[in-house]
Amino acid sequence: MSGANFQASAIRPFRPLPLIILAGIALASLLIAVRVGSVEIALLDLWQVLCGNGNSLHQTLVFELRLPRALAAFATGGLLAVAGSLMQVLLRNPLADPYILGLSSGSAVGALFAMLMGLTGLIVSGAAFAGALISATLVFTLANGGGSWTPTRLLLTGVIISSGWSALVTFMLAISPSDKLPGMLFWLMGDLAYSGSPWPALLVLISTCLILTPLGRSLNVLARGPMQAATLGIQVKQMEWGIYIFASLLTAFAVTTAGSIGFVGLIIPHMLRLVLGNDQRLILPASALAGGSLLTLADTLARSIIAPQQLPAGVITAMLGVPTFLYLLHRSR
Amino acid sequence: MSTLRCENLVIDIPGRADGTALDFEAKPGEIWGILGPNGAGKTTLLHTLAGLRAPRHGQVILNNATLATLRRKEIAKKLAVIFQERQDGFPGTVLETVLIGRHPFLSPWDIETADDIAIARQALLDVEMEGLEDRLVNTLSGGERQRLAIATALCQTPDILLGDEPSNHLDLHHQVKVLQILRKQAQRGTSIVLCLHDLNLAARCCDKLLLLYPSGEACWGDCDTMLVTPALEKLYNTALMTTELDGQRIFLPKELSNGN
Repeated sequence: MSGANFQASAIRPFRPLPLIILAGIALASLLIAVRVGSVEIALLDLWQVLCGNGNSLHQTLVFELRLPRALAAFATGGLLAVAGSLMQVLLRNPLADPYILGLSSGSAVGALFAMLMGLTGLIVSGAAFAGALISATLVFTLANGGGSWTPTRLLLTGVIISSGWSALVTFMLAISPSDKLPGMLFWLMGDLAYSGSPWPALLVLISTCLILTPLGRSLNVLARGPMQAATLGIQVKQMEWGIYIFASLLTAFAVTTAGSIGFVGLIIPHMLRLVLGNDQRLILPASALAGGSLLTLADTLARSIIAPQQLPAGVITAMLGVPTFLYLLHRSR
Repeated sequence: MSTLRCENLVIDIPGRADGTALDFEAKPGEIWGILGPNGAGKTTLLHTLAGLRAPRHGQVILNNATLATLRRKEIAKKLAVIFQERQDGFPGTVLETVLIGRHPFLSPWDIETADDIAIARQALLDVEMEGLEDRLVNTLSGGERQRLAIATALCQTPDILLGDEPSNHLDLHHQVKVLQILRKQAQRGTSIVLCLHDLNLAARCCDKLLLLYPSGEACWGDCDTMLVTPALEKLYNTALMTTELDGQRIFLPKELSNGN
């Protein structure tokens, strides 16, 4: 036994610094989102408004228009990024993403169908969740033919299922009465202009982070493959089902808040892994913060780049996401 | 100290007759070697012993409890496996990877303590990988990954260590090194069960051998009694020649050396 080589200092595998930096970025992105628009609000004015003073135009702009929308964008982005990270661990594949795997479009079909039936509120969200779950089940069972998920098979299945859903969406749009059309189109576009209250999604995001923190190490173990995970004490089947239902739930909440926005779940975990490594205890909360920041900024850009015209935020994320995805696919060979 | 025992065990290989039911016990400090040709079911047997596959008949008993009745976490505190194939889809650093071995001992909210890190570093030292702690796993060579897998299993401080060809991918120096490490573990009271390809290596490091035939038949016993040329020739379906070197039996295939 030669124990002399030990360094006395214990390297703690947990590092809070990246999270603090990302929290700073998140705050900055929210500030930018609240300030930028048809009427720019100076930092000093914003401070006044946040303190309860300031002029009434600014008050209305901040509290009734910009802040709810920014928070909705943040929550949606965070949910999508966390859902993406989870699916990637589940499938042990960095290409997994709720949008690419058809969860988002399945969700949209569920929600549209409920709306077409004249339903509202929670039932629409429930239908969106059911849609995400059905879509995920379809993709995973169909792709899981030979007992393992090969990337190509999984992606192809996801893309095909996704285009099937799109056809259904188009069909439902074609037969729906014209007064319902604008509200329904939003599901396709991934647009935050129609998002309602940000609070449900935000609460889900926060509780997700709290639930996942103690599970981070188990996810690290699961990422090493089901056999290895089982010998390290993980109940693999239960955990895989848990992740799968959880990720579908997160996607459904994101989709009910902002329609189907693509690629956030792909770009964010990928970039974070490049910088921070593969410890899920760090990657999951970091995904929530970074995904939220990205979508907040994307939405701010989308509504200001050709103002007064507003773009759906999904356009911006797709422009970032498509090249990222192609790069990942190219590298994975 | 723990023991791993098979009672009437028949591994489940689809389409194969039951063969010999296995009844043996890996006692603390013993090294068992499973020998057999490709496809004989060595890996399946190992996975069954680890509780990762259900047997067709019989049971595997860890101390006094059937594996099937134990929670995975309880098994993981006693039993570690070195797999032949590994997934590094999301590569971490070497230290992070070894530390995974502490998972069964930590509750969800725990962070690895200085003790855990000391155990991990000792495991890395054992496999001569000290100084590589911060390297990313996907930048390691095949041999280094193999040693890392062994270190991860050692970091689990198991009473029972199962290894699927642990000396695969290793150069001669590290093959010897790994077998020395395993022997040292055995001296500390760990029971070790290894699938091995290399007959001569098995002969040198194992106390007990189990010969597993493709038909499902099997026999087991002390190393000396099992190393009988006709049995081994039948096992590998190859004519063997044998010699003795420093009191050690050496087996070599006949056909190659005759130039046929």
